[in-house]
Amino acid sequence: MGNFLKNLYRNFGLPRLIILGFFLLLCVMAVMLELNFSELMSSSLVRIAMNGVLVLAILPSIACGTGPNFGVSLGILCGLVGGLIAMELQLDAYTNFFMAIIFSMPFAIAVGLGYGFVMNKVKGSEMMFAMFIGWSAVSLMKIFWLLAPFKNPEMAWPIGRGVRVTISLVNRGVAQLLNNTWSFKIGDLTIPTGLIVFFLFCCLLVWLFMRSKTGVAMQAAGDNPRFATAAGINVDRQRIIGSVVSTMLGAIGIIVYAQSFGFYQLYEGPHFMPMIAVAAILIGGASIKKASIANVIVGVILFQGILVVAMPVFNVFTQDMASMAEISRVVIQNGIILYALTQIVSGGD
Amino acid sequence: MSEQQYLLQMKNVGKKYYGTTVLHDINLDLKPGEIHALVGENGAGKSTLMNILFGMPVIHATGGYAGEVLIQGEKVDITSPQQAMEAGIGMVHQEFMLLPNYTITENIKLNREILKDNLISRVFGRKMKSLDYKAMNKDARKALNTLDLDIEEFVTVVGLPVGHMQFTEIAREIDKANIKIMVFDEPTAVLAESEAGNLLKAMKKIASQGIAILFITHRLDEVIDIADNITVLRDGNLVATKKKEETNIVELAELMVGRKIDKVSKSSERVIKDEVVVSVNNFNVKMPGEELKQLSLEVYKGEILGVGGLAGQGKIGLANGIMGLYPASGSVMVNGEALNLNSPRDSMKKKIAFLSEDRRGVGLLLDSSVEMNIVITAIENQNRYLRKVLFLSQIDNRAIREHALKMIQELDIRCTGPGQLARRLSGGNQQKVCIARALTLDPDILLVSEPTRGIDIGAKKLVLDTLVKLNEELGMTIIMTSSELAELRSISDRIAIITDGILAGILKPDDSDADYGLLMAGQKSRKGA
Amino acid sequence: MSKTAVKANTGNSSGKYKRAVVGFLTKHMVTIMFVILSALGLYLSGMNSTLYLSDIISRISRNSFLVLSLIIPVIAGMGLNFAMVLGAMAAQAVIIFVTDWGVGGFPGIMLCIVLVTPLAILLGYLTGKLLNKTKGQEMITGLILGFFAAGIYWFIFLQLVGGIIPMDNEVLLLSSGVGVRTTIDLTGGLRYGLDDVWRLSLPTVMVVMGAIYILIKMFTYIKSDRKGESKTSFIYGAVLSLAAIIAGILIMNSSSSMINNINVPAATWIAITGLCLFLHFFTKTKLGQDMRTVGQDRHVAAVSGIEVDKIRIIAIILSMVFASWGHIIFLQNMGAWSTYGSHEQIGFYATAAILIGGATVSRATIGQALLGVFLFHTLFIVAPAAGRELYGDAQIGEYFRVFVAYGVIGLTLAMHAWKTRLQSKQKLENLDK
Repeated sequence: MGNFLKNLYRNFGLPRLIILGFFLLLCVMAVMLELNFSELMSSSLVRIAMNGVLVLAILPSIACGTGPNFGVSLGILCGLVGGLIAMELQLDAYTNFFMAIIFSMPFAIAVGLGYGFVMNKVKGSEMMFAMFIGWSAVSLMKIFWLLAPFKNPEMAWPIGRGVRVTISLVNRGVAQLLNNTWSFKIGDLTIPTGLIVFFLFCCLLVWLFMRSKTGVAMQAAGDNPRFATAAGINVDRQRIIGSVVSTMLGAIGIIVYAQSFGFYQLYEGPHFMPMIAVAAILIGGASIKKASIANVIVGVILFQGILVVAMPVFNVFTQDMASMAEISRVVIQNGIILYALTQIVSGGD
Repeated sequence: MSEQQYLLQMKNVGKKYYGTTVLHDINLDLKPGEIHALVGENGAGKSTLMNILFGMPVIHATGGYAGEVLIQGEKVDITSPQQAMEAGIGMVHQEFMLLPNYTITENIKLNREILKDNLISRVFGRKMKSLDYKAMNKDARKALNTLDLDIEEFVTVVGLPVGHMQFTEIAREIDKANIKIMVFDEPTAVLAESEAGNLLKAMKKIASQGIAILFITHRLDEVIDIADNITVLRDGNLVATKKKEETNIVELAELMVGRKIDKVSKSSERVIKDEVVVSVNNFNVKMPGEELKQLSLEVYKGEILGVGGLAGQGKIGLANGIMGLYPASGSVMVNGEALNLNSPRDSMKKKIAFLSEDRRGVGLLLDSSVEMNIVITAIENQNRYLRKVLFLSQIDNRAIREHALKMIQELDIRCTGPGQLARRLSGGNQQKVCIARALTLDPDILLVSEPTRGIDIGAKKLVLDTLVKLNEELGMTIIMTSSELAELRSISDRIAIITDGILAGILKPDDSDADYGLLMAGQKSRKGA
Repeated sequence: MSKTAVKANTGNSSGKYKRAVVGFLTKHMVTIMFVILSALGLYLSGMNSTLYLSDIISRISRNSFLVLSLIIPVIAGMGLNFAMVLGAMAAQAVIIFVTDWGVGGFPGIMLCIVLVTPLAILLGYLTGKLLNKTKGQEMITGLILGFFAAGIYWFIFLQLVGGIIPMDNEVLLLSSGVGVRTTIDLTGGLRYGLDDVWRLSLPTVMVVMGAIYILIKMFTYIKSDRKGESKTSFIYGAVLSLAAIIAGILIMNSSSSMINNINVPAATWIAITGLCLFLHFFTKTKLGQDMRTVGQDRHVAAVSGIEVDKIRIIAIILSMVFASWGHIIFLQNMGAWSTYGSHEQIGFYATAAILIGGATVSRATIGQALLGVFLFHTLFIVAPAAGRELYGDAQIGEYFRVFVAYGVIGLTLAMHAWKTRLQSKQKLENLDK
């Protein structure tokens, strides 16, 4: 038993165990405080599945060796552009949702290619560079949103140019569309089947990709670039492929997220999203250099689970529940990233 | 002769790394002003002996050493470079320990800067004292003058020619006030001929001031030129200590190299046809530390060609260059067709497979399964072990598993199963996984670098036997590069010795030790000569 | 218009003239781009020059100390110290309590300094320990640590202060009694605590600074061993100083010039000058030299006997302490500040400023810091106005300046990484020699 615990500790690391413990504690407290557990679970399922694809976007970038994609905000911005085009064309329901994804793909691929190309020039400093490129792009896009030529009154400011800060999807029949598709209730618990199916489908696609010839090459390139080169694999090319896939998933991810949330959030919206996604995959057991789909699923369940349960539990103790939940998110999210950084076994020193 | 007269005495010094003995019962004495050369092949133990003397951390992190070291008759226990410096030992390493953006003075005075007081230091202590540049420059000038070096001491090191950098390193050591013993580790390796000449002159001058010099080198001509005494190491043992007058280059070469050879039994009377399968011409490979300059060589079909030579002379560069892992130029013909250089993929297309000398760094995906390691090159280069599912290719788990099990059985790879992580296997079994991967490609030509490095004795023989079997049963041409001459002589048909980046000569396994020693000990012509 | 400081580089004039010019341009690309951008912005904004001068003097006064605090970690090879926000948060914490105790003005400021220093030392020590665990990734660790610490700070001041940490203050706390308000106004308390100690008109300061600078340059020139090299430096310095002195005297004598009404917080500038002098002196001490050695090559430093880890921690501690003092200077000038937001942008803006001045991840000088503050804040001032003139929307200007800040950092990181890889490639090529 002692050995088992010691192995657990070493493999997971203290911070993850703390987070897991915190989550269980919150759940226990939720039950004890007689909060509506079914409602909490329903909310959790929604939050987990709507964030899932964004977390999935981090996987290819870690796998191909460029580290966690703090620049996935670029993909998110492509998704937003695609989404706005769909809105401008006044599409409805499923058409709107799927066309948003399709419109965003050319942008995502082009941006991903450029991004991957530059990533190859900054080997060793990918994380820092990704972070700042992401933030620069979000800031630059703020200018674009202000000057954007969109005319649809649902999106544009009534006077002058530019689009609003938040754009509602309710009137287009897109809000919670997937959530409600095929959904059913077990007692008080609502299962957002469509949303979950979509997320799992994306996971399946990524899984199939990882098991393809290119996927295998990409993972080898990320795992040991020198081995990969000797094995005839073009490491730089694989890194670009990883960046492209990551950016594409980022675009899809924000569209899924927005339909569940009910709004597209422009301007400052995407600023911190990459870090939330990166934290989730790290919580799920990934490291800066290695990640799997299991890490994605476990991580998003744990992270979003905590956030959903924390709010009402804290609400019982302090009036300021929103802040406490936010504070715990900030502390957990950045704490796990810090922990992952200390676990990098570098070749130097 | 009283012990006091000796500056340094190493008595019965030995070292084990994780159970493997690398040094055994070494005795070495040094008098003031003596120049003592230390020669031997790679792995003979020269660097290890110096690491012990200089207190390098790697020695003490792995269990310390046996025996005693005495300085001026007193036993010392040196456990850090700092202590070695205090004891009066200076070392000029093979890799430069210079800071390119500092001036020569700052490098000479590194962490020994001359300080003077100021207002703040009187409150906050020594660390806040100011640097006395005037005094430091003066000392630096003195050291440089001792070496007859003309450059200005306030010039920054970056951009200096290699020879001047070497001299700056030396100046740093002789600037140390109490320096009694200086160790030079392959000092002329990076120098052009004229620079090397200056260095030897400087060494004589330093010795004439009473400093004892320990000089590690493989250039026997230099040894005969300036050494007073010579110690020859081989396989971690002391083979001989000779005075210069009592020996000559040929004898030294013989002592360095000679040992009993266990010939691996091969089917008698092999006749190797004259058909050339690989032809290398004016081959230039930029592999850091193992460059090939202008190598020309022919390999016959079906032979086992050994490639030997001292470390850093270029032999490792041959296989790496042919496989396209390092920038190469020149020409390589395989079966009469030109090989695209700098493309591992093309080399594999020409049916060449490679076992890297860096097993863990280049040869394996340590965190992947044994079976994945075995098949991955075949997947990526020959489109095997894949199935088509709609528009996507998918790895064929069943075929991979089947093949892996076959390889595990044939090569006797000890593991818990094909799914075990490569990291967990022993060195010998990891090597077998690499061999399995090379074989999976179904190659005609196999390039093997340092096949038995880091493998225990039992497994070594197995690996060599496997190579011989492949050669005899499958007719595979094998080019085997190794630092262990004995191993090459035991299974090769011919052995090429590479020195200074070019082919020094080709010998037969049973040619004399002296022949080998001389070829390895150095061409007269260095770069620029 | 104030003098445009064109910092000439010490590029040697031997070799092709054209190559020297091209080399100069590429090396100082960022700074030159910024000079052009700022000049353009100034022109487009149509801003009143006196207003601009007054604003830029304010900004230089309150930001310089912070930006200077970034220099030491760069010297020690730890890159850009984004963790300086911890020092900023320490300053904020101390200011909150000192304001609660009602101590204002200069005594208040000194009390803050005394209290924040041990706190900053502790935070610096812990940060240094963490950064030693993540060698090679110090910058991102510092960045994330900043966010992490902000969460903890948020928790302390929103959930604990007023409750578990006793404080009874209607002005500072929220109506519930627990948690500090989102904005704090130091007016009547610590505001201008340092600035008010001594104010001089701008022209006076120009003359004084000019005189001091020329004296310093003369002193270094006389003391220098190698007259040839310091001669150019002396001449440039002398020209600059004389220009400042003459301009100052001219302005003073034209009593109608509005510039005479702009005043400079002299005590603050003395503090800034003090830090400059300290940094200059520091690089010539044993500790400074050890830091430079560690910054260049940790391995060589270790082999030559330097305690690498300890030196790195000291570097971060010094930076943290200076950052905390710098933030106190910043806040006492701002007056009103956002309790939970003020520290956030500090790290980025200070970093962007020093990079714009020409610093890189591996090299930063006092001159670059000061030039950077000037250029960065000029852009900051003119961008919204330029945006309004060009597009009718000041918001665009604001977005643009934030984009520029992030963009400069991203660009510098990319260039640094690219240059490092180029250098190792060149090493490979030199094998031919």
